[in-house]
Amino acid sequence: MVEKKETKRVALVASKGTLDMAYALLIIASTAASMGWEVGIFFTFYGFDIVNKRKVHRLKVASLANPAAPLPVPNILGVIPGMTAVATWMLRRMMKKQNMPTIPELLDLCRKWGVRLFACSTTMGMMSIKDEDLVEGTECAGAAAFLEYASKAQVTLFI
Amino acid sequence: MKETIKADRVVDTRGLLCPMPVVKAKLALEEMKPGQVAKVLATDPGSRMDFPAWCNETGNKLLRAEEEGKGLYTFFIQKAREV
Repeated sequence: MVEKKETKRVALVASKGTLDMAYALLIIASTAASMGWEVGIFFTFYGFDIVNKRKVHRLKVASLANPAAPLPVPNILGVIPGMTAVATWMLRRMMKKQNMPTIPELLDLCRKWGVRLFACSTTMGMMSIKDEDLVEGTECAGAAAFLEYASKAQVTLFI
Repeated sequence: MKETIKADRVVDTRGLLCPMPVVKAKLALEEMKPGQVAKVLATDPGSRMDFPAWCNETGNKLLRAEEEGKGLYTFFIQKAREV
């Protein structure tokens, strides 16, 4: 007989829209969802690109000001046009080589498992994002709604 | 002498990294009946700690965890009676 445990909850804030941070976010989210936890993500500022239909397929990562980027050139060369594309291509290739899903695939998995996607209403207004730009199922919310959700979470992370 | 565990389904996650071993296990268990056993093969070294934790959280039962040389891990997971 399995003891019925109280459902745990994790509340995440996604503030960055780079490819690497999207992976960090969605790996945590999909894993928690796979464990039967309730998961809610509040997308704010640049993190918003992850729930923007027009942008989620082409998130990027820059080598500039990112000394850990695995590029065999001095970091200052990151200012050269095209370097962001090179770094992005490299990270995508590394992920593919490890058979990792893409960001849209991970996001679909999260949605299938009921992860709640909260879109920061201030960011929507500030960046003139329309409702139709949002990934399906995204709920428009403010900080108060998210805080109330997060107050019942055992785990909260800002990514 | 170890008792043989009969698996109803094999979930091959060899070559995959976190979070895919637990994701694949979850997707397989979703299609299985309570009480059935999945045999999960993994090469991700993180899976050694992940599956006991994942089973603890989901209520599915980790019947056995084995490590065969060369970094191959095998987990026998029984789907919970109620999830």
